[in-house]
Order: sequence, then structure tokens, then C-alpha cells
Amino acid sequence: MLADNVVHFARVLRHAGVPVGPDRVLAALEAIEAVGLARRDDVHAALSAVMIDRHEQQALFDDAFAAFWRDPKLLERMMAELLPKISGRGERANKPRSHRLADALAPAALPEAARAPQRPDEALDFETSFAFSDREKLQRADFESMTAAEFELAKKLAEEVPLPFAPARRRRHAASERGTIDLRATMLAMARQPETLVPRFSRPRTELPTIVVLLDVSGSMDRYARLMLHYVHGLTRRYLKVHTLTFGTRLTNITRALRHRDPDLALELASAQVPDWKGGTRIASCLDDFNRHWAKRLLGANAALLLVTDGLDRDEQGELTRAAQQLRLFARQIVWLNPLLRFDRFEPRAGGVRALLPCVDRFLPVHNLASLADLATALQSTPAPRR
Amino acid sequence: MTSAATPANAAIAAIAATPSASAAPASVDAVIAALAAEDYVADRRLATSVFLALTLKRPLFVEGEPGVGKTELAKALARALQALLLRVQCYEGLDVAQTAYEWNVARQMMEIRLAEAAHDVGDAASRERLAKSLYARSMLIERPLLQALTQAQSPVLLIDELDRADEPFDAFLLEVLAENQLTIPELGTVKAAPGAAPIVVITSNRTREIHDALKRRCLYHWVDYPDVERELEIVRIRAPGAPERLAVQVVAFVQRMRTLDLFKAPGIAETIDWSNALVALNALSLAPDNVRDTLGVLLKHRDDIAKLQGGDVTRLLAELQATARG
Repeated sequence: MLADNVVHFARVLRHAGVPVGPDRVLAALEAIEAVGLARRDDVHAALSAVMIDRHEQQALFDDAFAAFWRDPKLLERMMAELLPKISGRGERANKPRSHRLADALAPAALPEAARAPQRPDEALDFETSFAFSDREKLQRADFESMTAAEFELAKKLAEEVPLPFAPARRRRHAASERGTIDLRATMLAMARQPETLVPRFSRPRTELPTIVVLLDVSGSMDRYARLMLHYVHGLTRRYLKVHTLTFGTRLTNITRALRHRDPDLALELASAQVPDWKGGTRIASCLDDFNRHWAKRLLGANAALLLVTDGLDRDEQGELTRAAQQLRLFARQIVWLNPLLRFDRFEPRAGGVRALLPCVDRFLPVHNLASLADLATALQSTPAPRR
Repeated sequence: MTSAATPANAAIAAIAATPSASAAPASVDAVIAALAAEDYVADRRLATSVFLALTLKRPLFVEGEPGVGKTELAKALARALQALLLRVQCYEGLDVAQTAYEWNVARQMMEIRLAEAAHDVGDAASRERLAKSLYARSMLIERPLLQALTQAQSPVLLIDELDRADEPFDAFLLEVLAENQLTIPELGTVKAAPGAAPIVVITSNRTREIHDALKRRCLYHWVDYPDVERELEIVRIRAPGAPERLAVQVVAFVQRMRTLDLFKAPGIAETIDWSNALVALNALSLAPDNVRDTLGVLLKHRDDIAKLQGGDVTRLLAELQATARG
């Protein structure tokens, strides 16, 4: 009976986007057995310790737990309400399906989406929650799906075109022809061949830093946002250490949506998360928000920042300057890709551009970025900076 | 000579041999009591996680803002269990040689030289013998991870600030955490004796996400800022010189500060430091002057200090006094 309940509870959590594997269900049973059923808060703490693994899941877990001991049915309805707000990854994020969302999905994804109406009561709740998020949304992104040619190009672009970042030198060493003597490897070689002493060398590895993409999705950037998302999606697939946040009037982390393999689905999921497509721009407050809440978590180990914005914002009371300078302190290198401007005629007139420019290491202006091919040319044009 | 233990190993063997193994706490309440005896005030949730870590023999993964007592937990736990505390302080590029083991290359060289001097490297058999002696256990310099597996009694293994290490290190930890064993290519697998598996506490400040594969093997606990009563209890214990009135004011002030939009809210460590700083300045209660002068103890961000210096301090103090009266 207890086992049934725990399994059921785990399934509900899973539905809500908390990845609870069967191993954790077993661990949960063990944990309950260890603390006993005498105290509700002990059981709560025990289940929480084994079933979640990041702080963001705590609030959801607490709500679920509170409801679980009262009415499992109520819990299910609550979960359904919560669903669209949860940024699950891949298939899990795909779970909240309304007919409208299903229609918007690529045809390939339809068989999965068709499963949704199996539970009529849940589907009803999805509708209400989606209506809510529509009100919240300023404007919905309208992505037509990629053509096959575009898909090929995006893939090629992400795989072959060098990134605009300088590789970072790590502290970890790798075997090499030259460098410092690796005593352990040398000794191992000598043990095999005592007559000859062939020193082995190693040198610090260099590898690409973690990349954080800050993508402007405001009205003025509308034409380029989709293009950039395709590129970033390609990057995310090729290279896992990419984090993507969009900003217009508010900041949204869409990293998990972009980890989905299918580009159309990934973009669809991402756009469903972003409430401020084609809205206004508040670069300063978004950068400040990023500095406060994300910079320490994402810009840790020498990460690089790719800022994609036209910089068309005012710099009221030096707010943007302050935020940009703060950002400068967090990121090891900042590359600014501006899809509106051409280099030779470029004049930093807008206050936002003037405020941002001194804080970036590399400025990549692309005149009228219309296709992925343009982006490739821009990325290849100048070598990565050395710092 | 190959059988002689290195001084470090000998010292550790001595430490491990002396304390008598105290039994693991039998209930959540026993954990709270045991930690309290070591001046660590744990709330029931944290104590439950610790109790489960001890009972289910799983590593405990503690995450939280800096200065909420994550490292202190491991130290207090080690004292409470009278266990040896082994600590790995993480940083980028941390590798096997610094955390698990290292071959004593200087001694290996000497061994070869001695064998050469004795003309003992001629035939295949003697060469084989030499190779064997070069990679004997005694040639190994043990670092904390390996030491944690070779104790007679379960030690507490603290892997501090794991988020500072890079991802390859996470992967390397998997074997130690899941199997309580370590594979040394030249030697074989070292496994902890049954009943002497290390009690692992991993801390992270969340400057990066730790890989799910590693978290999956652990119990997860987020350490939050404490509530007023618990923080006051902590200040009373850790800053015994502070007059009661000052302690109450300090805690109320810090608690109020955490609700402001700051870059870095003050942790418990800062509360304790601040109390001690005020005691050193002979302050009997909070006043705008002494708060402003000592803000640097509490806040470590220029913008945060500037924000509070600009009149906020007086307002906050007045607000606190009003609530104290009402």
C-alpha cells in the first residue's frame, strides 16, 4: 500500500517535470522505512532528500507533498495547472499538450501529441492554464518550420564555423609532444623499457569555454531572433555547455528547451516559454536581473558571453552603463553580435549602443542579417580575441 | 624498504586507531542532539537528511548560498561521530594526483638506480621483479579520497565546493561515491572495508550545475537561511560575548536585510562575524553609526553597501525598533 502510494507520487512528480527514476522510488521506500511514518515532517524531509536534486524543484515538491496526503485527485489537477510553467527537458517538456500547441508542432511530432486527449479532465485543465499564459504573453512567436536546406545549413554552421570565442586554457594537463615533463607517464614508460629513458610530456589543455547566449527578442530584433535561435540550437546540440537566455522586457532561460534535438520542436518549446516576443526592450533591467540571479551560476568557470542585441535602448541615468560594467566583471569575454549595423558606416548613436560598446571584447556587426549564410560570414570574418 | 609506510600514512593509521567507534545516531532526534552537542544547530529537515545519509549509506549533497554552514556541518558531524575528517577542497583542474593518489616518483627513481647499481636489471625475471616493486602499494602517496577508503573506521569525507572543480572531476568521483572503491590502473582496485565506508558530504555553492549522474547517487539537501529563533540560537552559541539585546537586534536586522534585493545577502557566517565585530567595538545595541561603520563585515558587494549607506540603515533601524515595541 505504501509502495503503491510512493510509486503514484513519483509518477505525478515525473508528470510535473521532476525526473524521478525508478532508482529513486526504491530509495524513497528505503528512506521512509528508515525514518518511520510517525512524523509527517520527517517523511516530507526524507522524500525530498531522495526525490529532488535541485533547489528549483523544492517549491513544486512541497506543494505536491502537501496535496498528496490530502487528496491524490486534487494533486493531479494541481499538477496539470502547474505544467506549462515547468521547464522540463526534452520529452518531458513536451507533455503539456493542448490542441493548439499540437497544431503548431511539426507534423512529425503529431503522433505523440495525439495521445493527449486520452484524459479528458486533464486536457480541460491544460486549456485553462494555456489561456492564462496567452494573456501573459505579449506576442507569440510565429516560426514556420525549417526547410530541409535551412536545416542542413544550420547544422553545418554550428558544426564547422569557428566560434567567436578564444579557447580558454584549462588547468588540466593532456599528453603532448612538448611541454612539461609528466613524471608518472615517464616512469611508466621506463618500467616497460628500463634501458632507454624517454621523457613524456604534457601541457595544459585548451578548450572552449562555457558559452552563455543572451538573446534579444524584442520587436526590433524580431527578424533575427529566429535565425539566431536556429544557430544557438545547433550550437547547443554540438556542444553541451551552452546556456541560452532571452530578454525583451524580462529574462527567460530557454536552455532546456533548446536541448531538444528536433529544431522545430525545440524552438516551439522555447517560444512557448518566452512571454515577451516582439515586445519592448528593457536592456538595462534585464542585464541587471541577469547579473543578480544568473551571472554567478552561469558565468563561473571562465565562461564567455554572446550578447545578441541591436542595443536600441536608452541609457537612462547611466543604468545600462552600470549593468554593462557589472556584467563585464562577471564574464571573462563578451562578444556582441549586432545584426543591424554594418561596420564601416557604424556610428554609436543610440545611448544603449554607446553604453554597451566599451564593455565588450569583440563587436560583430552584421548588416541586415538575412540568412544563416550571412551569419557564417560574420563569424568567420575576424579571428577570436586573445586575452 | 618497500614495506615501510610513509610518515603520512603512519600518522593517519595512528589517528584512525585511537578513537573508539561511536555508534551512529539511531533516530532523527539523536542526530539533532549529537550535532547540538558539537555547537551545530540543525533544523529537523537537515537532521533527517543527515540521518538518512548515515542509515542508507548514501553521500549527502548539500547546496546553498555561501555562509549558511555547509562545511561546518561536515566538521560537526565528524566530531559528533568521533570520526576522522578528510577534506578535499575543490578548484579548477583538480586531478587524481591531488585528490586520490600519486606515485612516489622520486622513490621509484631511487629504486631503479639501486637495482642498476646492484646489476640487477639484466634478465627478464629481475626486470619483472623491479617493475612489480615500482608499483607496489608502498610506492603510493595516499591523498584524501584513497585515504577515505583505507580506514579501519568510517571517516567523514568532505568534498568542499564541488562546483569549483571542473566536470571531469565529477565523473571521477562517481566510482568512489557509488562503489566505495577506487581503481588504480597500475595496482588494481582499492575497496573500503565493509562497515568502514566513508560518510561523504559534498557541498556546492551552485556556481555551476553539478551533473545529474552524480546528484542521482546522493541525497539532496538545500540549506536555507535559518529562521529568527534558530539564527538567534546560533549567534548565542557562536558569539557568546554578545549581550542578549544586541544579539536580538543583530539577528532581526540581518533577517530584514535578506528580504532586500541585494547582490549577496549576508549568510549565517556573516551574522556571527558581525556580532563579534560589534562586541569588539563595545557596542551594546545597534545604532546608525556603528552599523554604517561595520557594514563591510556583513556585505561584501560595493553596490550593496552603497545601497544601505544611503539612508537605508536609519530607516531599517527605525522600522525594527517599531516592530520590537509593537
